[in-house]
Amino acid sequence: MQHNEPLNDRNVSEQSPYFYVDIEAYPTTGWDKFKQVIKRSFKGELFVGLWVVMREMIKFDIHTVQYPKEKLPIGPRYRAVHKLLRLWESGYERCIGCGLCEKICISDCIRMDTKIDENSRKEVTEYSINLGRCIFCGYCAEVCPELAIVHGQRYENGSEQRAHFVIKDDMLTPLDWLTSGQQAEFPGFGAITPNESVTKTPLAY
Amino acid sequence: MDMAFIIETIIKIVVILLVFSALAGLGTYFERKVLAFMQRRLGPMHVGPFGLLQVAADGIKLFTKEDIIPQNVVKPIFKIAPVITAATAFMAAAAIPFWPEFSAFGYKVHPIVADINVGILYVLGIMAVGLYGPLLGGMASANKFSLISAARSAAVFISYEVISGLALLAPLMMVGSLSLIDINNYQAGGIGNWIVWSQPVAFILFWIAAFAETGRTPFHLIANDHEIIDGFGTEYSGMRWGLFFIGEYANMFFISFVIAIIFLGGFGDGSIAGAFQLLLKVSFFFFFFLWTRAAWPDVRPDQLMWLCWKVLMPLAVVNIVITGLVMMF
Ligand code: SF4
Ligand code: SF4
Repeated sequence: MQHNEPLNDRNVSEQSPYFYVDIEAYPTTGWDKFKQVIKRSFKGELFVGLWVVMREMIKFDIHTVQYPKEKLPIGPRYRAVHKLLRLWESGYERCIGCGLCEKICISDCIRMDTKIDENSRKEVTEYSINLGRCIFCGYCAEVCPELAIVHGQRYENGSEQRAHFVIKDDMLTPLDWLTSGQQAEFPGFGAITPNESVTKTPLAY
Repeated sequence: MDMAFIIETIIKIVVILLVFSALAGLGTYFERKVLAFMQRRLGPMHVGPFGLLQVAADGIKLFTKEDIIPQNVVKPIFKIAPVITAATAFMAAAAIPFWPEFSAFGYKVHPIVADINVGILYVLGIMAVGLYGPLLGGMASANKFSLISAARSAAVFISYEVISGLALLAPLMMVGSLSLIDINNYQAGGIGNWIVWSQPVAFILFWIAAFAETGRTPFHLIANDHEIIDGFGTEYSGMRWGLFFIGEYANMFFISFVIAIIFLGGFGDGSIAGAFQLLLKVSFFFFFFLWTRAAWPDVRPDQLMWLCWKVLMPLAVVNIVITGLVMMF
């Protein structure tokens, strides 16, 4: 899904919708000032203001979002608290412990620990992000070759401290979520462009 | 003075106090709602149906909040100032007829605490005393914003007392009485008899002055949030601050009554229809206070003084002279 922001030409010119506002020169002589007062008093500008707010009240076109009850949709590229995803087919963790995210993180807030397991696969034993330092730049999600660490959409976080770790158990998709299809593929920062060659998991191609 | 009269007066006082304290609370609710709708918002929504109980929640909050007296304030004056504002607002109500006479249980009730023959003079005088609330509160607060606000309130109130006084002089010359009931009865003949038709300039002038004296939005510089925090109310907390608030809203209601009675015929011939018309007129003026707050920007203090002394006062004087000439010939 391609979305192209139209370029808004903000330079003042013939074509652009932007223009300079006419500002009359300030009156200098007493008589000019008097004329300005008279003009402004009887032009009824005050009533224009009254009418505008009255019109809005009658139209009753309320723009309030009653937040906890209704929420605005957030963009696919929104960078909220991270998630670690699982492979669709096997349910294994996608993360291969390459350490690229740890390396690229400019706030140096990702810490991970890996070991070689009995199948000679690299296994990630610890993975944590210190949210007190994370600036949500999205580099970790972009650099990850496996689409394993991604930014989720969960922006309502309550905690006593911002620095509380996001540890592996918090971020990793629980297995039952995976089976019930609740793991959403990440459409935002660093995500793959969908085409036929990609079936379920980025690893499959 | 017989017992019945004293009891009746006390009952009337209590009723007015209760009704208008409650109305002041409701006034804040309406203000928030009206402003919200005009700005495409919803206003209070969560406490009670449509946020109606927000007033009660605010009341509880104001009553139970700690009453902070800062260290460097002049304590007795600091404590008494909000009471002055609220008390003078309600004292002014004594001479205002809120409703035509009616009889209940075979007893004739005059819904006015005291029909004194200098009614309007008394109302204006007491409202002028209300100046001491912001003035003393601001000066005693040991806070520069409060001090600025106190200076402004003195300047604004005193200047606009002149306007409201001079503006009222012309209609009073025509009526020949200062009693609000007499003024009302003068216009009892119906819409054609309303003073606003014969004194449109005085009406506009008094209306403008009413905005200054209640400190409402185009002239809200006494407690202008964006430049001097809450002005004289900056150091106040809890119910003392609430008293300032009640005073301001009660004043808005009373001045609406005064405008409606003097210029728009009041309750007319005293029938029930007339009485409800009075309520409608008062509601309109109250609504207008809120309406302008949504629509108009505030003026600068120097512009306010300019408007008062260079525009409104000459107009008021010219109006009086012309009225006098017309009445003589
Ligand atoms: S979003 Fe940026 S700062 Fe946060 S963990 Fe990823 S790379 Fe580090
Ligand atoms: S970049 Fe991706 S695969 Fe590599 S360690 Fe980080 S999360 Fe795991």
